[in-house]
Amino acid sequence: MSGMSAVNGGISMSAEKTYAEINEKIKNGKAVVMTAEELIAFVEEKGFLRATQEVDVVTTGTFSPMCSSGAFLSFGHSEPRIRMQRVWLNDIEAYAGLAAVDAYIGATQVPEHDSLNSNFPGEFKYGGGHLIQELVERKRVRLKAFSYGTDCYPRQEIETSITLDEINEAILFNPRNAYQNYNCAVNLSPRTIYTYMGVLKPNLANAHYCSAGQLSPLLKDPYFKTVGIGTRIFLGGGVGYVAWNGTQHFPSIQKDSTGRELGPAGGTLALIGDLKQMNSQWLRGASFLGYGATLAVGIGLPIPLLNEEVTKFAAVKDKDLYAPIVDYSDAYPNRKPGNLGFVSYAELKSGQITVNSKQVPTAPISSYPGARKIAGILKQWISDGTFSITEPVKLLPNFNDQITANVLKG
Amino acid sequence: MAPERIVLRFTPDTTEKPVIYRLVKDYDLVINILRANINPQKEGTLVLELTGEKYQQGLEYLRQEGVSVQPLIEGITRNEQLCTMCGSCTDICPTKALYIERPSMEVFFNNDKCIVCQLCVKACPMHAMEVRF
Ligand code: SF4
Ligand code: SF4
Repeated sequence: MSGMSAVNGGISMSAEKTYAEINEKIKNGKAVVMTAEELIAFVEEKGFLRATQEVDVVTTGTFSPMCSSGAFLSFGHSEPRIRMQRVWLNDIEAYAGLAAVDAYIGATQVPEHDSLNSNFPGEFKYGGGHLIQELVERKRVRLKAFSYGTDCYPRQEIETSITLDEINEAILFNPRNAYQNYNCAVNLSPRTIYTYMGVLKPNLANAHYCSAGQLSPLLKDPYFKTVGIGTRIFLGGGVGYVAWNGTQHFPSIQKDSTGRELGPAGGTLALIGDLKQMNSQWLRGASFLGYGATLAVGIGLPIPLLNEEVTKFAAVKDKDLYAPIVDYSDAYPNRKPGNLGFVSYAELKSGQITVNSKQVPTAPISSYPGARKIAGILKQWISDGTFSITEPVKLLPNFNDQITANVLKG
Repeated sequence: MAPERIVLRFTPDTTEKPVIYRLVKDYDLVINILRANINPQKEGTLVLELTGEKYQQGLEYLRQEGVSVQPLIEGITRNEQLCTMCGSCTDICPTKALYIERPSMEVFFNNDKCIVCQLCVKACPMHAMEVRF
């Protein structure tokens, strides 16, 4: 990008901006910030060029269960010292195969002795996600740890309690969040199935989708033109950063059976941030009947309108964003290729879609009102001058990199 | 004996069966239907008061026919603090007591339409739907 922003009588003739120019405006409280919904309305009225000239940053949001989430905790040392080979927080095991007193608590971990799915469908009322929420709420949590003794770490067990403020570090690190796009899940079988996409009724009686569509972060920067390593974001009610691409980051362009291109899918983000400055409105334990426990995470990504191309993508509407319809009774679990067609987010949000010539009611798993609120909060932060945008250290791989998924043999 | 209040839930296959007729004829039960609903997916819900000697046998018959039988509880409330307005309950709720307003996509709970089937109680990932006894 050239950074040429010739100002002529107060009207910018060029539609290109740099990160530095936008940040200067943010600092002076002059930046024009809009949510992705507002940008859509603005572009409809004034077009891409005017939008690129007049709008500096667009904010996106998503608030949805994201299983690949968790936190690194560092508890501090006891007297005498213990290495902490195995660690439990409220009976939920945290992974402690790290240096002394460090552990990672995962969102989907459930307590020892949970009945799981033995009384199907299991309820999974409490898990790692709920525990993370309680930590953020400053609730006192039981800590139990065992270890073999060493000369430097002689203590072999400890039972105590902690709060988030009493431990040294708590770093939310989510290896796979903010899925660019997601399946619309249905059930072709004659029995009810219990999935991470919720309860799916038999014989194609409902369809669940899980994306904020036109507000969703990676659907608004589909080719990773602005988001990359180091991008500052809204994470769990506080400030976070993009650490890397997420696991299973396989950016691609969706195509239907006729070869028609239906937009991007497959990107994910690995996110990091200080848990101590987040809040439980946007980090919430969740339970999926018959499936497991998880964490609902609120994420907001700012997109700087550097040029018209970025604006075009950021202004894409629900009617032009598509999800594949996938059968979760057979195709998904058995990894059979193919789908039941594509459906736009506008159709999904209407409450009814047509699958195999049948009218099927739809429901979301991802909170659209939550996504809208996050985009609004992030807009406020940027407008207030408290949140500046970041030029990524490195952009993330896009579909041109043709990363393909390996299949696990066995 | 005071009448027992129960909720019956029917799947599309069981909606068609003449179970009420059987309850009267074969089990000699007195039935007072309080609420009835069949949704477009042909899932039915009946809230009944039942009295009679063969009450237990009648319930046993219903269960054998694949009808779910649950005691009627006082009511259901939505804990607004816990609800994230995800919307995933709205196609589980058989009567649209839980529904999405468009285009805001906000989720609302209309108590008047609730037949207290409790399907939302377990289906809600945030445990926002609470049973009031
Ligand atoms: S499933 Fe629960 S959290 Fe989601 S909208 Fe319904 S009541 Fe609210
Ligand atoms: S109990 Fe829940 S699912 Fe059943 S009718 Fe009431 S709101 Fe709907």
